[in-house]
Amino acid sequence: MTRLVLEQVSFSAGGKTRLGPISLTLDLTGITAVLGPNGAGKTLFLNVCHGLLTPEAGAVSWNDKPAAEGRRRRGFVFQNTAVMRRSVADNIAFPLAAMGIRGERQREIVSRVLARVQLLDRAHDPAAALSGGERQRMALGRAIVAEPEVLFLDEPSANLDPASTALLESIVSDIANDGVAVLWATHDMKQARTRSRHVLFIDNGRIVESARTGDFFSSPEAEPVRTYLNGGV
Amino acid sequence: MQVFSEAWRLIAEWNADLVMIVALSLRVSLTATVIASLLAVPVGAAVAIWAFPGRRVVVVAATSLMALPPVVVGLFVYLLLSRSGPLGAFGLLFTPSAMIIAQSILIFPIVVALTREAVLPLEREYRLLVLSVDASPWLHIRTLVWDARFAVVTAVLAGFGRALAEVGAVIIVGGNINGVTRIMTTTIALETSKGNLELALALGLILIAIALILNGITHAVVNMGRKYQMSR
Repeated sequence: MTRLVLEQVSFSAGGKTRLGPISLTLDLTGITAVLGPNGAGKTLFLNVCHGLLTPEAGAVSWNDKPAAEGRRRRGFVFQNTAVMRRSVADNIAFPLAAMGIRGERQREIVSRVLARVQLLDRAHDPAAALSGGERQRMALGRAIVAEPEVLFLDEPSANLDPASTALLESIVSDIANDGVAVLWATHDMKQARTRSRHVLFIDNGRIVESARTGDFFSSPEAEPVRTYLNGGV
Repeated sequence: MQVFSEAWRLIAEWNADLVMIVALSLRVSLTATVIASLLAVPVGAAVAIWAFPGRRVVVVAATSLMALPPVVVGLFVYLLLSRSGPLGAFGLLFTPSAMIIAQSILIFPIVVALTREAVLPLEREYRLLVLSVDASPWLHIRTLVWDARFAVVTAVLAGFGRALAEVGAVIIVGGNINGVTRIMTTTIALETSKGNLELALALGLILIAIALILNGITHAVVNMGRKYQMSR
């Protein structure tokens, strides 16, 4: 179990508060879905929680350590996936290179991850030649290659067809079953309902509801959540 | 026609003077390109990646200096290397080393500006990824330069082309001394003024051939890079 604590965290941009203030303690296990309308602050929330962005006020910690420490222990699949101008295998190896893991050991780990994200046969192709679904699986492989404790997913299936989405979901579920905590921003209600254990709902930069998935969908408490689930904005 | 056939004969016979001049040209320009690129590629990448005080000044300076008049660079290097100049004690004036220094100065801003152009879009795309894996500054710069390698090689080739075609600066600091600092462009200028058109034309043809080869290599490099380019 991984403990995430946010204490009075807020973040502003362009003279406007975009996130917070948020105070939250979460013991993450399995998949936690991060829901909310467009522009609500989901990406910002993930970036701040990961430690990629430092909040203007407040503090974020993971297992009592500041978020800025140990970022390598947290993998991230970004909304706009960086497709490095190199082979698929070399893309996946990048975090290992940052950790100084090279040579045979690197090749072994990368092969294992390629198999896991079902890209073994594309290992030596330029990453740019992959389809949308394959690119997202490559990004997923790159995010898990360093064996993170937490995996951040920022709408990775937003532009994928149903088959690619289903494959991605099933790989992520397997990763979560192996003990990796997953924070998954999505707009896909079915995905959140079937794959997550817990849901965080963000509206206007604030967490307005944090509940077990069953409770969230059966009896939402916050008004913005009810509006959202009923198809409103 | 007579001039052309004589020029062709000089090339076909692999005339000793001709070979010496071409070899010195290539040695000077290749050395200048290597020295300038070793400094300019990291500087161009750093300017694209990191915000630091004066970054804007570097970018504007590099872009403006791309059109640096060679004679001004020649004059500047001449003043530096002349006996009464700050580096006069090294006795470099009117040697190939002086020409290499002048050409390096001319190439440097070109390679800085073109490397920055190549690295900047990748930095925007990779920024969060690089941050998320806590990459060291060294890995950061290496990653971007490697992934922009085809465009960076093109930038270096552009610098080499500029060096090879340059005449104003090297004639001032090299002095165009026969057998010592006489290179293709300065020889063409001199021999044409003397009416010795055969040698000038032979060198001109070789220069054009080198330019075409460089252009071919640049196209090949761009094509090699194409398969790694994104088409979103």
